[in-house]
Amino acid sequence: MDNEYIISLVDQGKRLDGRKFDQHREISVEINISKNSEGSARCKIGDTEVLVGVKMDVGTPYPDSPDEGSIVVTTELSPIASPDFELGPPGVDAVEIARIVDRGIRESKAVDFKKLCIIPGEKCWIFFIDIYSINDDGNLIDASALGTLAALKNTRFAKLENDKVVFGDFTDKKVELEKTPVTFTFVKIKSGILLDPHTREEKAAEARLSVAVHNGKIYAMQKGGDKGFTESEIEVMLDLAIKKEKDLKKIIEKAK
Amino acid sequence: MVYSKREDGRKFDELREISAKVGVIKRADGSAMFQIGDTIAIVAAYGPRELHPKFLQNPERAVLRCNYDMASFSVTERKKPGPSRRSVEISLVTEKALASVIDLELFPNTVIDVFIQIIQANAGTRCAGISAAAMALAHAGIPMRDMVAAVSVGKVGDKIVIDLDKHEEDFEEGATDIPVALTARNKEITLLQLDGEVTKDELMQAIKLARKGCEEIHNVQTQALKEVYREDKDG
Repeated sequence: MDNEYIISLVDQGKRLDGRKFDQHREISVEINISKNSEGSARCKIGDTEVLVGVKMDVGTPYPDSPDEGSIVVTTELSPIASPDFELGPPGVDAVEIARIVDRGIRESKAVDFKKLCIIPGEKCWIFFIDIYSINDDGNLIDASALGTLAALKNTRFAKLENDKVVFGDFTDKKVELEKTPVTFTFVKIKSGILLDPHTREEKAAEARLSVAVHNGKIYAMQKGGDKGFTESEIEVMLDLAIKKEKDLKKIIEKAK
Repeated sequence: MVYSKREDGRKFDELREISAKVGVIKRADGSAMFQIGDTIAIVAAYGPRELHPKFLQNPERAVLRCNYDMASFSVTERKKPGPSRRSVEISLVTEKALASVIDLELFPNTVIDVFIQIIQANAGTRCAGISAAAMALAHAGIPMRDMVAAVSVGKVGDKIVIDLDKHEEDFEEGATDIPVALTARNKEITLLQLDGEVTKDELMQAIKLARKGCEEIHNVQTQALKEVYREDKDG
């Protein structure tokens, strides 16, 4: 029923909240929202809200990359955020969001994993990036990705003593971001391509695409939804993401 | 054993700074944030709504289901996401702290869900969760006979104090932590736990202190609830 209504709106070139198809809702990012974390941020896109925290620990490098540290991204689609979410271990949707965010950071080499090495082959930093949904009003993917970037950009290293973390003590050393790949999610509803979908638009969507871009290059993508896109539709989305990249960058840079 | 001065300069009967806000989560039927010192709880209430699976339903009243969870980054050493024995117990005592003030008999076969998320922790998280949950339930329009406020009291060294912070909980020469929840009108104690060692007189003194603190918290809760209805009326 609601899906039919959303589709009829799209047919008329309209959206639920009066936005243009290629328009974001208002985005705001706030940093340092939780004191005990090494880095944290709150990202709001319209009424959608996520909290992201970065905690560090010392681990052992993987045997195939003895001089690199790593990141672990987890998403909690907590039932606090929506009547549709339930308690329990992360479901496929939560895992998918975490993996999209993880790839955006990892594949773009936004964080240089070599700089996370402490003793090659023995000790390295591991960043635990945990994303909590607080209110789901659609497009948790972009909110999570943007919140993660903002949190990482404002993360200080934990203090080490004899190669062990002194929990609760921080250094002044900041995490350096080599790149800031920003993520854009689109959905296809009939012939319309809509940026930053609302929950109801997500439910009516035939297909979904998320793209992470930095300096006009594409670093990670994820297609979702049951149906496909045409080549020209893909091109439209990539052009839009590249065109709008600097808008999201500005928001991260200005975050306080 | 002598505890002469609180590190943050508070008097022994003084709460940390409190702030509260109602309506912080739009999708929820009711929601609230409660901050005391560096401890922050956000809570969503959903319901009454259908309860599945069906065998959990109670034909005589609604089921109140609380879930307390600490964000992994809310503490200094990362907490593994998901439930623990500690969080399961706190969820249970939270249910017991709130159930008596809710008119559960009005909604047989349904569930009222309360989700508590601690996003920053510096002791007193279960009490902050309960104080926020009571506001979220009221905001959801669920019929309640009374409000509930909660605060921890205890003994640090030789002093009876209110609203212990993390330093005080970990006080080397011994600290006793006593979380207490009280109903606003009837002054019924709906949560009472104790870890440590106190005499009966000390316990009664601590409960008196909790009563005073809960009154203060209740005022803040009422103010925050009024605030949201004023906004609704204006806008």
